[in-house]
Amino acid sequence: MKVLVPIKRVVDYNVKVRVKADNTGVDLANVKMAMNPFCEIAVEEAVRLKEKGVVTEIVAVSIGPKTAQEQLRTAMALGADRSILVETDEDVQPLGIAKALKAIVDEEKPELVILGKQAIDGDNNQTGQMLAALTGMPQGTFASEVDVADGKVKVTREIDGGLQTVELNLPAVVTTDLRLNEPRYASLPNIMKAKKKPLDTKTAADLGVDLTPRVTTVSVEAPAERQAGIIVGSVDELVEKLKNEAKVI
Amino acid sequence: MSVLVYAEHDNAALNKVTLSVVAAAKEIGGDITVLVAGKGCGAVAEEAAKIDGVSKVLCADNDAYEHQLAENIGDLVAEVGADYSHILAAATTTGKNFAPRAAALLDVAQISEISDVVDSDTFKRPIYAGNAIATVKCGDAKKVITVRGTSFDGVAAEGGSASVESLDVVKDAGISSFVGEELAKSDRPELTSAEIVISGGRGMGNGENFEILYKLADKLGAGVGASRAAVDAGFVPNDMQVGQTGKIVAPNLYVAVGISGAIQHLAGMKDSKVIVAINKDEEAPIFQVADYGLVADLFDAVPELDGKL
Ligand SMILES: Cc1cc2nc3c(=O)[nH]c(=O)nc-3n(C[C@H](O)[C@H](O)[C@H](O)COP(=O)(O)OP(=O)(O)OC[C@H]3O[C@@H](n4cnc5c(N)ncnc54)[C@H](O)[C@@H]3O)c2cc1C
Ligand SMILES: Nc1ncnc2c1ncn2[C@@H]1O[C@H](COP(=O)(O)O)[C@@H](O)[C@H]1O
Repeated sequence: MKVLVPIKRVVDYNVKVRVKADNTGVDLANVKMAMNPFCEIAVEEAVRLKEKGVVTEIVAVSIGPKTAQEQLRTAMALGADRSILVETDEDVQPLGIAKALKAIVDEEKPELVILGKQAIDGDNNQTGQMLAALTGMPQGTFASEVDVADGKVKVTREIDGGLQTVELNLPAVVTTDLRLNEPRYASLPNIMKAKKKPLDTKTAADLGVDLTPRVTTVSVEAPAERQAGIIVGSVDELVEKLKNEAKVI
Repeated sequence: MSVLVYAEHDNAALNKVTLSVVAAAKEIGGDITVLVAGKGCGAVAEEAAKIDGVSKVLCADNDAYEHQLAENIGDLVAEVGADYSHILAAATTTGKNFAPRAAALLDVAQISEISDVVDSDTFKRPIYAGNAIATVKCGDAKKVITVRGTSFDGVAAEGGSASVESLDVVKDAGISSFVGEELAKSDRPELTSAEIVISGGRGMGNGENFEILYKLADKLGAGVGASRAAVDAGFVPNDMQVGQTGKIVAPNLYVAVGISGAIQHLAGMKDSKVIVAINKDEEAPIFQVADYGLVADLFDAVPELDGKL
C-alpha cells in the first residue's frame, strides 16, 4: 500500500524566534530551517511500516517555497521513495494546504496519509483533520501507536485524559504525536541516494486549487516579558516569600 | 451575531473549560447557544442551561456521539453550525480533533487557540510556541475557533435559565469506531484548572521519585505535571505533559522541579502568576522566567519544603 507523507519546512525547533521591529511578523532572515519535528515522526512511521512490509511506497509532499526541496530531500534520505513539491510563495494556511493535499490524494490514491499533528511555526494543528474532512476519510489524530491490519488501522491517541484507541477504515488520515517513534538520522549514503530520487514540482494551478489565505495577520507582537525574579538562598526564604510576598500558599 | 459553543464533557458532567469558552463567546457578542453532544448526556445539558449568559442549549443524545468521534461530531457541528456566525470549542484534544474537520466541511478557515477577542472577526493567538502573539483577522463568513481556556476567566456556572431543546440529527459516518480508552485516574486537581501546579522533569530521575512531588502536591492541593523529557523517559503518563504540544496551564503558583526550561516547556506555563524553579544548575534557563529560584538538589529541597509547609 502507498503512504503519503505531507511535510512542512519550518524554523528549527531550537531557534527562539524574534518579532520584527515593525510588528509584521517574526524575523526569519538567516534563521536555521528544518523539517517540522512532527513531520519527521510521520516520515519515520511510514518508513517503519515499509520495513515491516505493510507499505510498498512512500511519497513525501510539501507545499511551499522552492527551498522546501531541502526538506523533501531529507525525507527521501530517511526513506521516502519520491516526492512532490507544490511550489508557492504564498503564506500557506491549513485549509489551502488541505485542498492541495486533497488534489494530490485524488491523483495518488494512498491508503494512508500520515501528517504531523502540528507545525511548530503557526501551531495550528488543523491540516490533517481538514484533509480528512475534504477526502471523507476517518482520522486518527495525536497518534502514539499505529497498527495497520486487515484493511483497517488501529490508532492509539494521546488525549487530555490519557489514551484512546480508535479503529479506522482505510484509506485514513493519521497525525503524529511525539511519542509515536524516535526518528532516525539520515546516513551519508542515504543522503547521496536521495539526490537521485524523483522530485516532481507542481503549482497550485496545476492542481486547480486556490491557496489564497483566508486569515490575514494584522500584527505580531512579542509576548509580555516576565520580570526577572530573585534567587532565594534557602528553603526557609522560599517559604517566607511564597507566604508573605507572593501570598500564593 | 450568534455563537454556537460546543460543550466539553464526559457524558456525566460539564468540563469547566466550557465556562471559559462561553466567556470568549460573550466577548464576541450575540446570542449564545450551547451544543451538548454525547450519549446519556441529559444531565450535562441541564448543567449547561444554567451557565450565565447562555440562551439556548441543544442536546444531541445518541450512540454515535458517545466517544466524541471526530467524524461524527465534525458532521454534526458543520450541520448545526450553519445557522451561526461563530462556532467555538475549547482548545482541548476534543476541540482540536473535530473543529478543523467541521471548518473544512463548511469551507472556512479555523482559528486555533485564541487567547483574546479583539472584535467579532479579529483575535489574538500565540504562535511559535508562544514566542510571538499574532493578531489575526478572518475574512470568512463564519468563524470556527478554538479557545485557550486559561486565557479567559470562566463565566458563572449558575445564574442562567436557558431552554433545552433535543436535537435528533444523527450523524454516523460509519468509518471509525471506538475501541477503548485508558484514562488516568487521580484525586488531584486537574492540571489545567488547578490553582497550584508542581511539575517534575528529567531531574526527577525515575517514576518512583515523583512520589515526593505527589506528597507535596497533596499538602498544597496541587495538580502534578511534567516536562516532555519526564514523559518520554516513562516516569509519568502523557496526560501530565505541560508545554507547547502538551497542556497549557496558568495557575497561581507553578513549581518547576528538575526542569531546565526549554522554550517548548515554557510555552505551556509561562502565563502562571508566580513561578518557582528548583534546579541544581544555576545556569538553567528556567531561572530566567522564575519569580523565585532555588539553586539546590531537588532531593534535598523538596522534602525540606514539604516539611516546612
Ligand atoms: C516539537 C517539540 C515539541 C516539544 N514539546 C514539549 C512540551 O510540550 N513540553 C515539554 O516540556 N517539552 C517539550 N519538548 C521538549 C523540550 O525541547 C525539552 O527537551 C524538554 O522540555 C526538556 O525536559 P526537562 O527540562 O525535564 O529535561 P532537561 O532539559 O534534561 O533538564 C533537566 C534539568 O534537571 C536538572 N536536574 C537534574 N538533576 C537534578 C537534581 N537532583 N536536583 C535539581 N535539579 C536537577 C538539570 O540541571 C536540568 O536543568 C518538545 C520538543 C520538540 C522538538
Ligand atoms: N505547507 C505544508 N506542506 C505540506 N504539509 C504541511 C504543510 N503545512 C502543514 N502540513 C502538514 O500538516 C501538519 C500539521 O500542520 P498545521 O495544521 O499547520 O499545524 C504538518 O505537520 C504537516 O504534516
